Amino acid sequence: MEAPAPRTPLLRDAEHLGRVAALFLLGVVGFFLAQRLLVPEGFGKHGHYRAGATEERRQLPTVFAGRAACEECHTDVAETNAKGKHARPACEACHGALAVHAADPSVKPTRPDGRALCLRCHTELVGRPSSFPQIDVAEHAPKGACTECHAAHDPGLGGGSR
Amino acid sequence: MTVDRREFLSRTGKLLLLTGAAAGALEHVLAGQAEAAPGYAETDHWWGMIIDIDKCIGCGNCVRACKEENDVPHEPYYFRTWVERYHVDPSDIEHPAVDSPNGGFDGFPERYKPGDGAKSFFVPKLCNHCVESPCVQVCPVGATFRSRDGVVLVDKDYCLGCRYCVQACPYGCRYIDPRRHVVDKCDLCYHRITKGLTTACAEACPTGARQLVDLKDPKDPVHEFLRTRSIQVLKPQMATHAKVFYAGLDGSVR
Repeated sequence: MEAPAPRTPLLRDAEHLGRVAALFLLGVVGFFLAQRLLVPEGFGKHGHYRAGATEERRQLPTVFAGRAACEECHTDVAETNAKGKHARPACEACHGALAVHAADPSVKPTRPDGRALCLRCHTELVGRPSSFPQIDVAEHAPKGACTECHAAHDPGLGGGSR
Repeated sequence: MTVDRREFLSRTGKLLLLTGAAAGALEHVLAGQAEAAPGYAETDHWWGMIIDIDKCIGCGNCVRACKEENDVPHEPYYFRTWVERYHVDPSDIEHPAVDSPNGGFDGFPERYKPGDGAKSFFVPKLCNHCVESPCVQVCPVGATFRSRDGVVLVDKDYCLGCRYCVQACPYGCRYIDPRRHVVDKCDLCYHRITKGLTTACAEACPTGARQLVDLKDPKDPVHEFLRTRSIQVLKPQMATHAKVFYAGLDGSVR
């Protein structure tokens, strides 16, 4: 390729160069256009994810109301409960998820089945920590509701009437 | 009001110059600002969980509460959290007997004889909200990510359902939701904790065996817990920087 250098190479190749430049420009514009269309809004703002995703998750409704919501109205139970051996479990640990009731008190929750509920935690079971109160069901309470002797909110035998 | 040519050019020139600079700067300014949601600043929190093995009674309350709160399918193989029962022969801790009937959803039926010489305990499991999370690293589209408050979240509108993350998680914490064919996992009840509530599992746990903690809150009991108890995370050899801290975890737990 030892051809003599042309006098005006740029001018001679202007058409070719123009085409390449146009193609290149089209590519660049196309890339940014595609990026704008395909990358969702807020992507990369805080990291490699859509920034709005956290906010969307935050908007989901809750199902469990939380102890504080219960105790806002049920102050008497909260007081009994705080003194007894069941001070630790939150209301909804036994009564189930009740955000619906907290939002609209006219929606009445169903009363938990005393026996099944109590036995779920207090049946003797290999693996339960020995410090946790457990009963041999056949010997301690073969039948009947636990609430005949124990008050659910304050289950010590000196507990109240509920 | 009259504007002469000189003033007009000066104003327009300034405006043009500033618009370009401001457009660039605005993005950075916005990135540093708190989210629009009132009362919650992502950067003020660093969420994790503490689990006290000595307090877990295997009642399954957490599993039921989690499924209810987060609309997890009730089939026995989809969980955001589950409980495992370990039964370890002290002479062979390498091979513990582990069972988790329906993830502990219905509690645990008695299976062992008291005084059989083995040690037995329950281990609640959930997403470990790793700081160096393998699931986040493998997601090809950025649909799973660690938020600025340390929670590994899934952007379900953006997830392809490719399952790379299900494979990558060393703890088996992810499942494909059969209804939408996208991945789901524990998000530490992100919709609750950002409203000042605790997670559903912690709310339902009757013994306080599992508690949500904010490692950025200097008054959080987590600091004393981490300081005074023997703490272990699951699979530390994976270097995932897990943020679910177990106290009293036996060496046999995988």
